[in-house]
Amino acid sequence: MAKFELNDDSVVVVIGSGAGGGTLANELCQKGVNVVLLEAGKRESTATFINDEWNSFGQLAWLDKRTTSGTWRVAKDFSGLPAWICKTVGGTTTHWAGASLRLHEHEFRARTVYGDIKGASLLDWPLTLKDLEPFYSKAEDKLGVTRTHDVPGLPGNNNFKVMYAGAKKVGYKDCNTGHMAINSRPRADRGHCLQMGFCFQGCKSGAKWSTLYTEIPAAEKTGKLDLRPQSHVLKIEHNDAGKVSAVVYRDADGKDQRQKARVVCVAGNSIETPRLLLLSASPKYPDGLANSSGQVGRNYMRHMTGSVYAVFNEPVNMYRGTTMAGIITDEAGNDPKRGFVGGYEMETLALGLPFLAAFLDPGAWGPEFTYFLDNYTRMAGMWLVGEDMPRPTNRVTLNSAEKDQYGLPVPNVHFDDHENDVAMRNHAYAAGEKVYQAAGAVKTFRTPPYPSTHNLGTCRMSANPRDGVCNKWGQTHDIANLFVSDGSQFTTGGAENPTLTIVTLAIRQAGYVAEQLSKRSI
Amino acid sequence: MDIHRLTLSDDHEHGPEQPRPQIALTRREFLKGAGILTGTLAASSILSALAPSRAWALELKTLASAQGDALVQMGKVLYPHKGLPDAVYALLAKDLDGAAGKDPNSAQMLGEGIAALDKAAGGSFVTASDAKKLEAVKSLEGTPFFKTVRGQCITSLYNNEMAFAHFGYPGPSWDKGGYFTRGFGDLKWLPDPPGSASPAPYKA
Repeated sequence: MAKFELNDDSVVVVIGSGAGGGTLANELCQKGVNVVLLEAGKRESTATFINDEWNSFGQLAWLDKRTTSGTWRVAKDFSGLPAWICKTVGGTTTHWAGASLRLHEHEFRARTVYGDIKGASLLDWPLTLKDLEPFYSKAEDKLGVTRTHDVPGLPGNNNFKVMYAGAKKVGYKDCNTGHMAINSRPRADRGHCLQMGFCFQGCKSGAKWSTLYTEIPAAEKTGKLDLRPQSHVLKIEHNDAGKVSAVVYRDADGKDQRQKARVVCVAGNSIETPRLLLLSASPKYPDGLANSSGQVGRNYMRHMTGSVYAVFNEPVNMYRGTTMAGIITDEAGNDPKRGFVGGYEMETLALGLPFLAAFLDPGAWGPEFTYFLDNYTRMAGMWLVGEDMPRPTNRVTLNSAEKDQYGLPVPNVHFDDHENDVAMRNHAYAAGEKVYQAAGAVKTFRTPPYPSTHNLGTCRMSANPRDGVCNKWGQTHDIANLFVSDGSQFTTGGAENPTLTIVTLAIRQAGYVAEQLSKRSI
Repeated sequence: MDIHRLTLSDDHEHGPEQPRPQIALTRREFLKGAGILTGTLAASSILSALAPSRAWALELKTLASAQGDALVQMGKVLYPHKGLPDAVYALLAKDLDGAAGKDPNSAQMLGEGIAALDKAAGGSFVTASDAKKLEAVKSLEGTPFFKTVRGQCITSLYNNEMAFAHFGYPGPSWDKGGYFTRGFGDLKWLPDPPGSASPAPYKA
């Protein structure tokens, strides 16, 4: 592992070590670029991960103070926890379930295909599926995605068997154990899935891809990576010419450090990334960095989500095996006849007893609630995830009334469901219930959205600099050597779990950054 | 399994339900404190097979026994589970007692809330009928006391080994090698999906 000087202004500084930042850092190192990777969290390992929902949450989750507003139910149930994402080396790739789906062709053209949806700020992406296909393929190979690159699918667990039986009875055509970044057989020096469950708690066998034990050690091997855990970035600075020039962070000892930089790539997830750009406001950029469009923090998307849990007469034991064990993709297309634009995926999901109690119906009490816990071993569960509408008013802003442990304004996350989101959620709930009823459910329950794990769109890509924050390379329109390298870039959300696309964009961005560096154009 | 091993640590601070500042505060003297809750596990309980003795006791440091009893009963109204032993509900009293010990404001709120329960039940909440108990708890819905107790129930009642055993959740699986050879796909009451949808497990 390399150690670069704080005043070395030739390095690329990457902020955040998750799917975007961790991948980008490794890709750059492989191309011979020197990278300082700043990560706010500590470095854990497969050995230190904990098979315990609450203790693991304490170990991995981003728990810095945040506030919420708006009519979304998360603001009521979890007012201080808008998002369930991670502060640890590897970021949310420690916590993700592993579902790795490509966005659909039409989802890159949402404004054109869906039309002018009132109350939404839809835009076409400045790139197409065709542009991304070669990079998707590289990403799938890197992640070892099942059902791609000759990697077999995973074996289905009990939760999947219930989903499959119901799906076939209601006439769905496409139901299988999915495209998962979980080794179904040993691959890339990592073992095969042991069907432990606890995918959300950090995979203790390392079968699930995480930058923590793939990209980051690979980058360290090149001698080009200087990873600095427990380094929380406070501000990005710029020079008189308006180019970013340094990053100020609080280190593990509580001291402020200033790392000079030739290029800065921000990958702090869709809440911290716009927050950092806003916190970095200066006399030259009074509204924050890369914000001449006023779009930084706007168009926050979290996917339409919800879950259906069902009780059966016979045992299921849904907690056994992969958390996201299978998928129905029949509802993923765009079919406005259903009463909404865009589509949704249906994916199995299981919670342990502690988290089922916390998330099944937050705030509920009494026998209607305890009935489900009494039947814990006979429950199956699925998560519903679909495209939500970007809205300029769904937004991450600085809340100056509340300060975090660094004395900085905390991010406020404002969200109101668009009527399209509500219509899609109701359709998805009904579809999920139908699947379980067909499989013999005696009772079903519509679980409201969990705190957001898919946070997207707050620094979106746009062809026209007026409409967004960055171009099709994630390079900000305003500042040529400042990049956005995470899900914040998404112009629209699509229906699919976003990690594969984040990794794909990072691989593609790395090539662009390296090329611009060698051309000396940044 | 000893009851003290079964009890949870107070390390629930990270849950979204109960963000609590870890500030040491001096306890005021208005509470009598130092209560003790006792009980006996039913012989039929799955837990009695795990425990060396069916009798259990739990010491309270700040709340009085009667207050602990009231919280146990309130937990049973909020989250009723047939056959779930009082030893589990006693963990609710233990955790709230821990919170009261750290913060006099919390102790005062609990004391006042319990007094309000008694009043709403017409004297004694603990000895009131089930219907009266439910009515008393409902009458306090929306108060900080109600929110605190209800929120604490989620971690106190469902995040402990006794609850895991009762509800049939085995907890950690890593130490047992996961479920790869222990029934991750052992469901037999529905047809098996075809290999195209659900391929065979890896064989070395």
